[in-house]
Amino acid sequence: MLLELAGVQKRFGGVPALRQGDLRVSEGEVHALVGENGAGKSTLMKIVAGMLQRDGGLMRWRGEEVRFQRPAEAHANGISMVHQESLLAPHLTVAENIFLGREQERGPLLDHRRMELETRSLIEEHGFPLDARSLVGELSPAQKQLVEICRAIHSASNLLIFDEPTSSLSDVETAAVFRIVRKLRERGMGVIYITHRLVELREIADSITILRDGETVYSGVYASVTTEEIVHHMVGREVSAIYQRQSLPPGRERLRFAMGGLSLNLHAGEITGLAGLMGAGRTELCQTLFGLRPAPGARIEIDGIPVALQSPQQAVDAGIAFITEDRQRTGLALALPLRTNITLAHVDGVARRGFIQARREQQVAEGYRERLRIRAASIEQWAGRLSGGNQQKVVVAKWLFRHAKVFLFDEPTRGIDVGAKAEVFALMDELARSGAAILMVSSELPELLQVADRILVMRAGRLVAELPRATTQQEIMRYAAVGA
Amino acid sequence: MLQRLLPFISLIALFVGLSIASPNFLTATNLSSVVRQTATINIMALGMTLVIVSGGIDLSVGAILAFSGTVGTMAIVAGAPVWLGVAVGLLCGLFWGFVNGLLATSLKIPPFIVTLGTLGIVRGVTLILSRGLPVVGLPRSFDVLGEGTLAGVPVVLFVLLACAVVTHLILHSTKLGRYTYAIGSNQEAAVYAGIPVAKYTVAVYAISGMLTGLSGMIEASRLMTGQPTAGQGYELQVIAAVVIGGGSLTGGAGSVVGTLIGAFIMGLLSNGSDLLRINPYVQQALIGAVIIFAVALDEARKRRFSK
Repeated sequence: MLLELAGVQKRFGGVPALRQGDLRVSEGEVHALVGENGAGKSTLMKIVAGMLQRDGGLMRWRGEEVRFQRPAEAHANGISMVHQESLLAPHLTVAENIFLGREQERGPLLDHRRMELETRSLIEEHGFPLDARSLVGELSPAQKQLVEICRAIHSASNLLIFDEPTSSLSDVETAAVFRIVRKLRERGMGVIYITHRLVELREIADSITILRDGETVYSGVYASVTTEEIVHHMVGREVSAIYQRQSLPPGRERLRFAMGGLSLNLHAGEITGLAGLMGAGRTELCQTLFGLRPAPGARIEIDGIPVALQSPQQAVDAGIAFITEDRQRTGLALALPLRTNITLAHVDGVARRGFIQARREQQVAEGYRERLRIRAASIEQWAGRLSGGNQQKVVVAKWLFRHAKVFLFDEPTRGIDVGAKAEVFALMDELARSGAAILMVSSELPELLQVADRILVMRAGRLVAELPRATTQQEIMRYAAVGA
Repeated sequence: MLQRLLPFISLIALFVGLSIASPNFLTATNLSSVVRQTATINIMALGMTLVIVSGGIDLSVGAILAFSGTVGTMAIVAGAPVWLGVAVGLLCGLFWGFVNGLLATSLKIPPFIVTLGTLGIVRGVTLILSRGLPVVGLPRSFDVLGEGTLAGVPVVLFVLLACAVVTHLILHSTKLGRYTYAIGSNQEAAVYAGIPVAKYTVAVYAISGMLTGLSGMIEASRLMTGQPTAGQGYELQVIAAVVIGGGSLTGGAGSVVGTLIGAFIMGLLSNGSDLLRINPYVQQALIGAVIIFAVALDEARKRRFSK
């Protein structure tokens, strides 16, 4: 028995994040940890990794009770964690980041050469597309995640915690991560694997613990639970893991876009999916549509009226909404309350002659909170304190208040658990029904197949296919990867 | 790539341009003069490089310069040998640097505010200790530091080069340097990597303070008095040198070579303006414009960086 957690508790301010955290991991075991966002998974793991301190309950490491005051203490015991959000220094190289805090020295000076060599061999061993000398700040999110993984593998010797390690990775890279996990298991290490992608667990999990609202509601052998049961435990109510959407006949054309050889039309009541591999240009297309990436020769019409695309301001005025992939950085003001975030794109709607009407703003915010079922202590709560799913709802509320006509969703369910995903899809459906046109960029092919009315495929900056709802994942992949 | 070399190219261009524009530029006298005049700012800028790379800033360096020069010369006048007086100056700088670092890390106030406060405190203490009067009566031998030559080359140049080499070594090849970059680049990542951020932050300010103390003694040596009002406005020139050389005020970027280039560019602009008899008011505006230009270019280059 490597790690034993019993009744672990943690509060932030007055809010309990963990009430009853139980978990047991042995050597040579891959233990899945699942739960809705806000259920307490990351909090529990941060306590194990020494990043946070528990308020109550028991933690035993190799049979002895422990309390790690600092990450360094957890490291000293051979515990390492791959974080969900990148914790790398962008101005340092890949090699420097991998060795950060554990540099190898020759006397008083750093041994650059040895660290670079070790980094190179580590990268080669796993076949990652990385260069030991690249600056981390210039890497893609996927590459950064791989650097995080390398860093953790390199130092861990007993227990390795993966927190959403594959959220930015392609299938090929994800398979590489699975290989690593299996190798770690063979070496007799313990692995705790947090993910929303329940399907991945079939490949690697030995056991599973499910958290709900800060409590462990199930813990046991993975093979003895079905996915339906897992979802049920996570959510606590009957939820079909498969969300099915009824298509509507598409209404009038709301957006017409042309740029070089690429043309795109979006209709009211329709959810148009956009699939493609990483680097195909989907996010770039959204950015162009939103005026973030002005392209010469790009022409767009909203409801038949030509619109300039030189700045987000113009796009927003024209009725375009962009719900970004990185909602924390580009979708919300994390240190401002819900109320402020919801009215952020349309302050005129709650202001009279330049002065914001507090009561009107409250009404608006409360209205959206109720309508979208945003789970928060109050509308005064900082957006940064909400879970991923609720943050996404706040972003959508912001655009609803702006009466957007066209919604661009970029990876709408990234980092969101099953229960909240269904709610986000229901929201999108509602938007479509009310006459909006929706473009949904997603790497989750099953989700596209469930939600989109038709699926466009991009490859290397061009639209290469338009597939009907009844298409298959294989067909989408074929166009995305090969072309024809 | 070109943008990274821009400071260096600018320096060369400036050098060549001035050699052509003024017959007095490329003389031993003038060049020695430039070196001596920029030495103080240059050495302080080496320390500031460390501070800025760590993501901090120190507005009190001008005051520390004055304090160190005043107290160091007071020690000499009281009978201490010159070398001991210089050591006292260094220790004064080390002390105030330590104080800055300690205040910033323990009170968790932004360094900008802390050093804004110590700027006033140090200046005040200097005036109190000296009763507002300059320290006079220094032995002739003291001027070797600021005005002496060794084999035809100003002594300060050797001092500057020695400090530059050591600072470069620290930044590039030691744990202290590596952690300084890490803390400036992403403090959270540094914390979670187990780096004792507070300890290294204090060390950085202390070293910078010590280099400032050394500059204080060099300045005093040039003036042959301990001037409690010395160094007014120096902090801005020092920061400008680091920033023109590629240092980023948000941390994680900066280098010794860049800082030296930045300091010399400013020094040459000043020297050239004197030789070409350009109005000193115009000089000020010119330097300000250069700073903005240099940083704007650097920002454009860094735009694709992401955390």
